[in-house]
Amino acid sequence: MASITMANLGKVYTGDVRAVTDVNIDIKDGEMIVLVGPSGCGKSTLLRMVAGLETITEGTLKIGDRVVNQLEPAERDIAMVFQNYALYPHMTVFNNLAYGLKNRGFKKAEIEQRVKQAAEMLEIGKFLDRKPRQLSGGQRQRVAMGRALVREPAAFLFDEPLSNLDAKLRVQMRVEIRQLQKRLATTSLYVTHDQLEALTMADRLVVLNGGQIEQIGTPMQVYSHPETTFVAGFIGSPAMNMLPADYLRSTQSAESLAHIPQAADLVGIRPEDFALDAPADGDLILTGTLLLLEPAGAESHLHLRFDGVKENMIVRLPNVPSVEEGQSLSFTVRRESLHPFDAATGKRVS
Amino acid sequence: MVDNNRWGNFFAHVILIVGVAIVVFPVYVAIIASTHPPGTFVRGVMPLLPGPNAWENYRTVITEGRSRAGTPPIGGMMWNSFIMAMAITIGKLSISIISAFAIVYFRFPGRIFFFWIIFMTLMLPVEVRIVPTFQVVADFGMLNSFAGLSIPLIASATATFLFRQFFMTVPEELMEAARVDGAGPMKFFKDILLPLSITNIAALFVIMFIYGWNQYLWPLLITTDPEYYTIVMGIQRMVTGGDSEPLWHLVMATVVLAALPPVLVILFMQRLFVKGLTETEK
Repeated sequence: MASITMANLGKVYTGDVRAVTDVNIDIKDGEMIVLVGPSGCGKSTLLRMVAGLETITEGTLKIGDRVVNQLEPAERDIAMVFQNYALYPHMTVFNNLAYGLKNRGFKKAEIEQRVKQAAEMLEIGKFLDRKPRQLSGGQRQRVAMGRALVREPAAFLFDEPLSNLDAKLRVQMRVEIRQLQKRLATTSLYVTHDQLEALTMADRLVVLNGGQIEQIGTPMQVYSHPETTFVAGFIGSPAMNMLPADYLRSTQSAESLAHIPQAADLVGIRPEDFALDAPADGDLILTGTLLLLEPAGAESHLHLRFDGVKENMIVRLPNVPSVEEGQSLSFTVRRESLHPFDAATGKRVS
Repeated sequence: MVDNNRWGNFFAHVILIVGVAIVVFPVYVAIIASTHPPGTFVRGVMPLLPGPNAWENYRTVITEGRSRAGTPPIGGMMWNSFIMAMAITIGKLSISIISAFAIVYFRFPGRIFFFWIIFMTLMLPVEVRIVPTFQVVADFGMLNSFAGLSIPLIASATATFLFRQFFMTVPEELMEAARVDGAGPMKFFKDILLPLSITNIAALFVIMFIYGWNQYLWPLLITTDPEYYTIVMGIQRMVTGGDSEPLWHLVMATVVLAALPPVLVILFMQRLFVKGLTETEK
């Protein structure tokens, strides 16, 4: 158990290619931090820097009280779960789990006891004699987890561990990993490009873009108070609608825009903040033409065109309304749920 | 896919049977010839059915050799061939797997340069460099020794290249997982890379063993002492040695015995690499 401190971490590849810039994250003991961002944002590089698989070119990395910049992965007391599991194909499950312990000179009895315990926890006890190729994707995933678990390391590092699983299994493993992590209270760093995984698993999540941190916060902070247009667009599905502030100023009452500063020229509205209810005082009233209705069982997505706005808007309703495509619809939006941004800097203005 | 029609099947089988017959017939003739008494061949007609002298011929070849022509009993020559072929095979495999490991997994100055140098030696088989190689071996005093027979043939660009290609298909995450698991480079090599390469090693072992066993020109050049004659040389000496007609019945018995070890190696290794083929998964 340990904290992880990243101070001004940066990674520059030879040839002046920047992958990671000035990252500062304090991971508390037992905390689960999720790094999320689009592909190529540097999240995997950052994780591999923590693991010791990539050299750190700038800043300092501490695990516990030790600066570990120069240490080999094995000396950092971390365990990693790889995207493609990276199980040793010629070893049985037992040996896959035991290999790290053997290399560290553990006694045979101790190894056996730890492997048994991890196998029990992950329900892979009956597969211990099998080779990885005889296991299904989900079982291999568990073995990969087990290999991290038996070591009882200071921190777990997960590199998109669920991306090779089918959707149903992914949800199941997501829950299991989170429960396990909470039970063991082991500091964890988890990389994913899936924002749903990020929101559901994280104690705090870190949104990365272009090798830089866009925002750090609890999932709800990040969701309800995105600091940049990038975060606003990346977290949440369907993505947040962006309207030009001028359009709102010309169509809405001054009262309804009371929370929008003059400096803001872009206003974000989450799809679920639109409602078909009768307007109350201070609500915005937005009228548009319905282009497409997508019923999704418990909810529905409506694609709309507003006169004078270039992009189509998406509205999410908690039911499937009986409306026709081509019909004109009026929505109310509460003025508290507007997100004002400066289009030039991409930052939130408050 | 090809249609499963009767004539197509028939035709395919005819071609296959003809092919097999062409390959097997000389082997069959050799085996038959080794069972006949010496007089049979002087008549100039090749018998196609076994003769009565099998036991006698093989006994002669194994115990007496053909001392008048200076050919020792073949046991010693088989042993020499075996030692040479094994030394070449094991030497080639160990050197090439280690150099491929270095080239693929380590970043050192001149890595690409060395790879190309090794690769270039593909263009220099024994026959091309035979004079300078002979000089070097002679200067080292390695004529008439197993070292002289095997060492110059050990360097192998082919095997290095094949191992390199194989190592490049091993996912990098395995190496990273091993690093996280506390395995150094040599441990990774021994515990993970080597077991994964078993199939390749088995296949190369067969090829290299036959290559070593069949060496003819090189042993002929550097051995003058019958102590170090190899079986392939022995066959040649039997045919040309002495002043009588070649004793075909003995030559053929020797040929059949000389062909046995490679066949055994193939049979034994085939089991191993068929097992490897069905069990490995990358």
